[in-house]
Amino acid sequence: MKIQINEEFCIGCRLCEVYCLVEHSQSKDIVKAFKREAPRALARVHVEENGPVSFALQCRHCNTPSCVYACLTGAMHKDENGVVLHNPDRCIGCWSCIMVCPFGAITRDERGRKVASKCDLCPGRTTPSCVEHCPNEALTLVAEA
Amino acid sequence: MAYKYLIIGNSAGGIGAAEAIRSVDAEGSLAILSDEPCVAYSRPMITNLLTGQASFNNMVYRSSDFYTENRIETLLGKKVAKLQPSENKVTLDGGEEITYEKLLLATGGTPFIPKMNGLQKKGIHTFTTIKDAEEIRGKIQQQEIGEAVVLGGGLIGLLTAEALVTMGLKVTVVELLDRVLAPLLDPKASAMVREVVERNGIQVVTGRTVTEVLGKDEVTGVQLDDGRWLPCKLFVVAVGVAPNAGLAREAGLKVNRGIAVNSRMETSIPNIYACGDCAELLDFLSGNNRPIPIWPAAYMSGMVAGSNMAKSPKEYDGGVGMNSMHLFGFPVISFGKVNPTDAEGCEVLSKTDEVRGAYRKIVLSGNQIVGAILVEDIDRAGILLGLMRRKVDVSGCKEALIQDDLGLISLPRAVRSRMFEMSVKKNVAK
Repeated sequence: MKIQINEEFCIGCRLCEVYCLVEHSQSKDIVKAFKREAPRALARVHVEENGPVSFALQCRHCNTPSCVYACLTGAMHKDENGVVLHNPDRCIGCWSCIMVCPFGAITRDERGRKVASKCDLCPGRTTPSCVEHCPNEALTLVAEA
Repeated sequence: MAYKYLIIGNSAGGIGAAEAIRSVDAEGSLAILSDEPCVAYSRPMITNLLTGQASFNNMVYRSSDFYTENRIETLLGKKVAKLQPSENKVTLDGGEEITYEKLLLATGGTPFIPKMNGLQKKGIHTFTTIKDAEEIRGKIQQQEIGEAVVLGGGLIGLLTAEALVTMGLKVTVVELLDRVLAPLLDPKASAMVREVVERNGIQVVTGRTVTEVLGKDEVTGVQLDDGRWLPCKLFVVAVGVAPNAGLAREAGLKVNRGIAVNSRMETSIPNIYACGDCAELLDFLSGNNRPIPIWPAAYMSGMVAGSNMAKSPKEYDGGVGMNSMHLFGFPVISFGKVNPTDAEGCEVLSKTDEVRGAYRKIVLSGNQIVGAILVEDIDRAGILLGLMRRKVDVSGCKEALIQDDLGLISLPRAVRSRMFEMSVKKNVAK
């Protein structure tokens, strides 16, 4: 399964970012995640907006993942389910992944030791949180065509 | 011993090949041979090992059960004496013979040492392997080094200098060209990096080289070509690596600067493949083959080689010079052609933020991106690299490319929609 981006339906509400952050927080509680947790969790989906056009973008979990090939340490890897995952413990913040991701879907997490940050498709969930909470089906799950 | 697949080299290229072979052929006997005695490690992390910020366990490139899980036999700490392609055989230093059906040369690069007097003295090092890092670290721990000289103001030279200065040494970098990182950056970005490294205590001498290593048995200093004398007990030569193609040349394979390969990574002799730093890889910008000694190109060309060795045809679509640097935490990314000559008729877009120390330059040729430098604001650099690789006509969005808030939203909708569409399809390249 892959997340499809339907930009014609995106209303720029950024609920995907909110719920992504909550999903990746310690408490998974929206109030605690925003008000009490320090450092605050990071959203791994990002809404891009220009006037009336907007869409939410997260890692595309490419079948030929440039980030995995370019990773100097093996921190970036593709698991047996085809999900591109990142192990922050093995990351040295060299930003090779940022250099090669054609979508610009990897960000710098500089809250502590500098490491990359990206979508992990919400392990443990059947539907990623951004998709589940998108009110307008601007993010949907599709089978790979 | 006999193997279906024999890989010489246990770094990015060799591992890329082994992984590709196993994705096609789960059973065929496979061995990786290397003169280094250890499992594959992140070579760029040797600076972290030198400073003590990482131990070897932090540096392993694949999980501890990688070799057993993938049924890869390891022949480590072994050196190949010669290749005998006519017999599909390699002979090791000790006389042991190994036959193969398919052989991959992933032998990497060898540090290049320019001619100078006094090279036989103790205290001269290169810096490309874990052994180099351990030796230099051991030396610094055992004795009061005080001063060190690094020859080479390229990426390896500056990284070495960064590690040494972090360890409390007084470090001078000597670079033959008139600026640091000359091929990778333009004069402006180069000056910005120089300012950062100098601010962090590294002395940089440009336009000079070392003519003689001084001292009786041990290094006590180096002599520069302007007559200056720099005292040091540690001298690191880091001017670059040359393809390690000696075995291939002796065995009669076609070798130019590196081992010649086609798009399937086949060498001039059947059943022998080459990848990574020892080979001449396709540069997708120029369309020519040349050494592209960078980690991502090694891994990807290795994957292509492995796939073809296992009879799953695949072509290498080419690499390009690209580097992500973060000296003293100062992020700089550059790729492609960054110093176009006037004759090349390129269009250059650039933007500087003096206050924040940010700089961005994009080089275009015929409305296609052919190179870029991003200093400080490196986020989403890959969008530019992707446009360059796919040779996208960017005439409709040039102004947006140079902005530090560049996003896919800045691209024409047709370009973006195609990317989104392809990203949910199987078998998508690039």
